[in-house]
Amino acid sequence: MPQNYVPIFIFIAIIGVLIPVTLLAAKLVRPDNPHKEKLMPYECGIDPVDSARGRYTVRFYIVAILFVVFDVETIFLFPWAVKFKAFGLFGLFEMLIFLGILIVGYIWIWKKGALEWV
Amino acid sequence: MAQYFTGTDYLLSLPVVLLTLFALGILLIDLMLPKQLKWVNAVTAFAGVLFATAGVWRIQAVYAKGAGGYLGRFAFMQSMLVDRFAIYFFYLFLAGTALAILISVRYLEIENEHHGEFYALMLLSVVGMMCMAAGYDIVLIFIGLELMAISTYVLVGFLRRDRRSNEAALKYLLLGAFSSGIFAYGLSLFYGLTGSTNLRAIGNALQHQMMVRNGHADPVAVLALITTATGLLFKIAAVPFHQWAPDAYEGAPTSITGFMSVAVKAAAWAMLLRILVFGLYPLRSVYLPLIIFVSIATMTGANLAALTQNNLKRLLAYSSIAHVGYMLLGLVALASVDYTQPAFYDGFKGILLYLMVYTFMNLGAFAVITSLRNREVIGDEIDDIAGLYFRAPTEAIMMLIFLLSLAGIPPLAGFYGKYFIFLSLIESKHYVLASLAVLYAVFGLYYYMRIANSMLMREPLEKELLPLSWGMRAALGVTAVATVFIGIFPNWFIEAVNWSLGLTQATPIAGLMK
Repeated sequence: MPQNYVPIFIFIAIIGVLIPVTLLAAKLVRPDNPHKEKLMPYECGIDPVDSARGRYTVRFYIVAILFVVFDVETIFLFPWAVKFKAFGLFGLFEMLIFLGILIVGYIWIWKKGALEWV
Repeated sequence: MAQYFTGTDYLLSLPVVLLTLFALGILLIDLMLPKQLKWVNAVTAFAGVLFATAGVWRIQAVYAKGAGGYLGRFAFMQSMLVDRFAIYFFYLFLAGTALAILISVRYLEIENEHHGEFYALMLLSVVGMMCMAAGYDIVLIFIGLELMAISTYVLVGFLRRDRRSNEAALKYLLLGAFSSGIFAYGLSLFYGLTGSTNLRAIGNALQHQMMVRNGHADPVAVLALITTATGLLFKIAAVPFHQWAPDAYEGAPTSITGFMSVAVKAAAWAMLLRILVFGLYPLRSVYLPLIIFVSIATMTGANLAALTQNNLKRLLAYSSIAHVGYMLLGLVALASVDYTQPAFYDGFKGILLYLMVYTFMNLGAFAVITSLRNREVIGDEIDDIAGLYFRAPTEAIMMLIFLLSLAGIPPLAGFYGKYFIFLSLIESKHYVLASLAVLYAVFGLYYYMRIANSMLMREPLEKELLPLSWGMRAALGVTAVATVFIGIFPNWFIEAVNWSLGLTQATPIAGLMK
């Protein structure tokens, strides 16, 4: 079925032309006077103090991972909440089991001290 | 949509549910235990395995009893197929896990890393394995694979203060994640080709496409097959994709090395057989040359590499890769004939029987290596086992049994695994492959006997007697008895394998292939 791929090839061709053209057009049209402050990385408006490649504490990663876990929980909760009536009692119990497993994890990380910042 | 799942669905997932509950329970109980009572976690985990075994037994009693019972039942909208094949593997995983728990307790105390998470992760990885063995939907199989793999990555790196363990875990994680990605890519191509995630629907659609194209496979199907097979062969550690195995096996805690080499490997085999034989059977003429090449490469590479190893764990890692090579020959035999031929069943039987005897003999060998770990001695070099006969005579004799069985010497269990594989090869007229396999078995004998030589005929470097914990004694006893028993009375076990394939019935496995 190669003819089904024709639109994809047309897209690729358009991308191949469009991107260089727009970049070139922007380069020609825009005013070009770089100076130090403009080239600085943006850090909430204050002057950056150190190299971005410095080492920082591993706790940030733990917080990030925990955030992802409970974020995914919310993603699962949301469609269930929207369709609460359609799922009925079955959905309620399924969700309670799911939350129960997560709560075990929550108690575990709490007791292990992963939530303490010292 | 009022009725989602029935009682059958819940009964069929009983072992999985029980293991999950016990794993969560261990996590909570562990928080309350003082340091000297951590062995309670091992007891809880062992109880969990026993409860799950009772659950599997219950499923078997209700749905798969006797010769005339059902071959299998679908659950959760055909995403799970608990058939006799799956039940056989459930028992295998649970046996391997129970033995690994027994040999772990003292080892973890010596390493000073005795935490409840160890056992919880072990049980969760068994949950993943069960989803892999019973999965009939590629999504469930993939989730099971990931659950198992992620738990194992953590277990490999469980010795946090040990550099080798950390390195092994990182290597295993990176390579494992990469291969999972390739595997998922192949599965997604199959979904794109056939419009279904169900293995039976995929098989039927591929069969239809082959017929439309006069027996030639779609090039995209070939690409999908190659990527899927890459993922599968990585997980069983066959040769072009084996490099992670020696490193991961060497660095992991020794009891986990044993666990990985039997339970994780059996799960990978269950997944491979499910996908290649149950799902992608129409493409067997395409993957047959691939499997032949990989099996020859695996036997050659692993046997040659094992000859020069001085680290016991690395040596057994290469030996386990070599065993994968032999098992792949069974797959060659069953893929090269129609499923009405005897070679199909003998190849299938050979793989299943091999996995069962391998569980006992290899875990036994790893149990002996685990017991060598002492406060000062790491105990995984070939020098550490020197003169074991003078330090722990019973254990040395048992190790000799395991080594002879691994080499495939007749009165022991390992012989029957190889026997059916070679028989199926001869039945499917692969004479060259059969003679090659026998030749490599001789290589195997050399490196196993090197360990035996060091163990029986060299002076011990440490003079003191080797202390053995009760768990270790139980594990060694069970594995040694099983290794000898399967060798002397193979009939019961061959019957068990026949049962798992439904061979006692008038319409054997063919019923599932349709």
